[in-house]
Amino acid sequence: MRRIISVLMENEPGALSRIIGLFSQRGYNLDSLCVAPIDDSSLSRLTITTAGDDKVIEQITKQVNKLIDVLKISDITDGSHIERELMLIKVATRSETVRAEVKRTVDIYRGQVVDVTPKTYTIELTGTSDKLDSFVQTMGLTAEIVELSRTGVCGLARGEKSMRP
Amino acid sequence: MGERQVEMMSGAAMVVRALKDIGVKHVFGYPGGAVLDIYDALYAQEEVQHILVRHEQAAAHMADGYARATGQTGTVLVTSGPGATNTITGIATAYMDSIPMVVLSGQVPSMHIGEDAFQETDMVGCSRPIVKHSFLVKRAIDIPDAIAKAYYIANTGRPGPVVVDLPKDVVNVQESHPYHFPEKVQMRSYNPTIKGHMGQIKKALKTLLEARRPIMYVGGGAIACDASSLVTELAEKLHLPVTNTLMGLGAFPGTHDQCLGMLGMHGTLQANKSMHNADCILALGARFDDRVTNNVQKFCPHATIIHVDIDPASISKTVNAHIPVVGSIKTVLTQFFEQMHEIDENERKEQLADWWEQIHAWRNRQCLNYQRSDELIKPQQVIESLYKHTGGDAYVSSDVGQHQMFAALYYPFAKPRRWINSGGLGTMGFGLPAAMGAQFAHPESVVACVTGDGSIQMNIQELSTCLQYGLPIKVISLNNRALGMVRQWQDMIYKGRHSHSYMESLPDFVKLAEAYGHIGIKVEKPEELDEAMARCFAAKDRLVFMDIAVDQNEHVYPMQIKYGAMDDMRLSKTERT
Ligand SMILES: Cc1ncc(C[n+]2csc(CCOP(=O)(O)OP(=O)(O)O)c2C)c(N)n1
Ligand SMILES: [Mg+2]
Repeated sequence: MRRIISVLMENEPGALSRIIGLFSQRGYNLDSLCVAPIDDSSLSRLTITTAGDDKVIEQITKQVNKLIDVLKISDITDGSHIERELMLIKVATRSETVRAEVKRTVDIYRGQVVDVTPKTYTIELTGTSDKLDSFVQTMGLTAEIVELSRTGVCGLARGEKSMRP
Repeated sequence: MGERQVEMMSGAAMVVRALKDIGVKHVFGYPGGAVLDIYDALYAQEEVQHILVRHEQAAAHMADGYARATGQTGTVLVTSGPGATNTITGIATAYMDSIPMVVLSGQVPSMHIGEDAFQETDMVGCSRPIVKHSFLVKRAIDIPDAIAKAYYIANTGRPGPVVVDLPKDVVNVQESHPYHFPEKVQMRSYNPTIKGHMGQIKKALKTLLEARRPIMYVGGGAIACDASSLVTELAEKLHLPVTNTLMGLGAFPGTHDQCLGMLGMHGTLQANKSMHNADCILALGARFDDRVTNNVQKFCPHATIIHVDIDPASISKTVNAHIPVVGSIKTVLTQFFEQMHEIDENERKEQLADWWEQIHAWRNRQCLNYQRSDELIKPQQVIESLYKHTGGDAYVSSDVGQHQMFAALYYPFAKPRRWINSGGLGTMGFGLPAAMGAQFAHPESVVACVTGDGSIQMNIQELSTCLQYGLPIKVISLNNRALGMVRQWQDMIYKGRHSHSYMESLPDFVKLAEAYGHIGIKVEKPEELDEAMARCFAAKDRLVFMDIAVDQNEHVYPMQIKYGAMDDMRLSKTERT
């Protein structure tokens, strides 16, 4: 089952490599990883999407939590939460019809065209991973996808709940 | 209060000074380019004794043996590149068995990191999966803090090895910096849970007291936090049978009436049977590893499992625990006693009478009996003789193979920290250097190394270090002219096809020992064994190498049958349970 795990850790060199190393060392899935410092820049927040049965997920959270640099860990999947992923996708727009069709699809998905050249559109789209997947699929029917880049999921629990040091 | 004078010193001097401030007495090391400054700082002082080894792997095993024999963190100092990579096996060995160790490794100067400089290896990267934590120190002023944290992390919570990588420019003797040793180490991201959860403890106690067929399963974690006397007290108070893991031997006295011996792959019949039939298992600092459980699907089907461990990740990793308790064994057992009402001894005995009767029946099968011979020395016999001549009170290190299992089964350790072996990684070559570490820690005690003709050759160069420091270790080599454990599996699984498990050109170990300046004794006949062993231990201040020819065809039994339950076992070449 797909899981979203949030991790608060020291913003130290080497900390990230320990997390990534742990996943490969213990044979856990690492589907996406999104990381950046938070308001207190001595800390970083990571969001990991992974998959596994309850036993595996329990091990992942325990093993990650055991890393010396890790302060807190929380599996936000079960509780009510917000998750977002950002994608930049470049498509070939060789004809006027394709351009119009691309624009229409972008509007439907509430994306934005952020760069235009005579032959390409670059689109920015934010949403759940499902939404991004669906956009890629739809776009593939309309125009040729030149390249794309996704940030991986980042997420927060809804409401009062928070993960602070 | 006047302001304290801040001392100025070089990075190298800080390294040595921080070791002193921590109370480090022994450093096992080997010099090289990147650590020459640190070696120079070591030269000018006497508080920290440096022991010059012959191979860095052995330095790590010595520090490890030192830690196992004392509970204090072992220290290693090596140069960058090959010096550092040579310690990897030693670090992995310590990691698998949760042994506190700090490895100080030299590194190329900061400005050359990443340039493939001479003797550059990414030590933090190489060691990452086998350390509890690691530091790459970037500035000299950070040295005391990094070293203090390293020792703190290594020997709190679940202990383990920590690497401190020190670039050459950071320890440079030309520059001086203020030295501040932290009075207290505090890390917001690292706070091991020591005290058990009261609710869980009450639940655990209730289950344990109601059980009709309970057993205590005690591992290395009980030794790590020095909980042996509490373990014994609990077992006695509740009249519980106890089995120790390979790592836990001595945590509960092997000589005690209630001790069933070791469990697992080569465990005793009574230990494995009792586990399999138990209705309640109290696991203390043990980790249900595959060499214990056999097939987890068939593992102890009737038992409610109470698992006490300081590492939450060890709980429910392979076998699901019904009542997990996170905390130090010592603290949790103290909490147990606080919660326990007056126990009526007779009532307890009555409650467990049927269970003990059953256990005695298993015990009476005497699974450790073996066939003696007039012509060939049996390996079991050697261990029995060793036990006799050391009064059962030696520090015994072991290598890996059949001899290790014979030592574990036939030398009942009455005290913790006496049995020193590589349980988790199974590192051949561990025995001799680990014995050396134990001897440095306990110069007045008898230290023996049980080894094999294969294993001893993996770190035999340390015989030279033994001479230099006058270590009177007794090397008890069970020479079966074979990689015996490999050979045993080949006998059992590969129809006796002995692929590369035979050593055709063994050295003359007696001459070799003599060449290194020690005493060598060869023993070939059963009737010579006792007298030779007596001579060996009579030479109190000398290292004696006993080259004992043992029966090549002996197998280690009992042995679990693969894919079976805990108690599916072979008891000899012809019998099974
Ligand atoms: C470094 C290392 N390499 C290989 C092995 C695999 N192995 C386990 S036991 C064994 C044979 C050990 O031979 P010896 O030391 O003579 O002991 P014996 O079994 O004969 O008593 C081997 C090769 C190991 N445990 N460690
Ligand atoms: Mg051998």
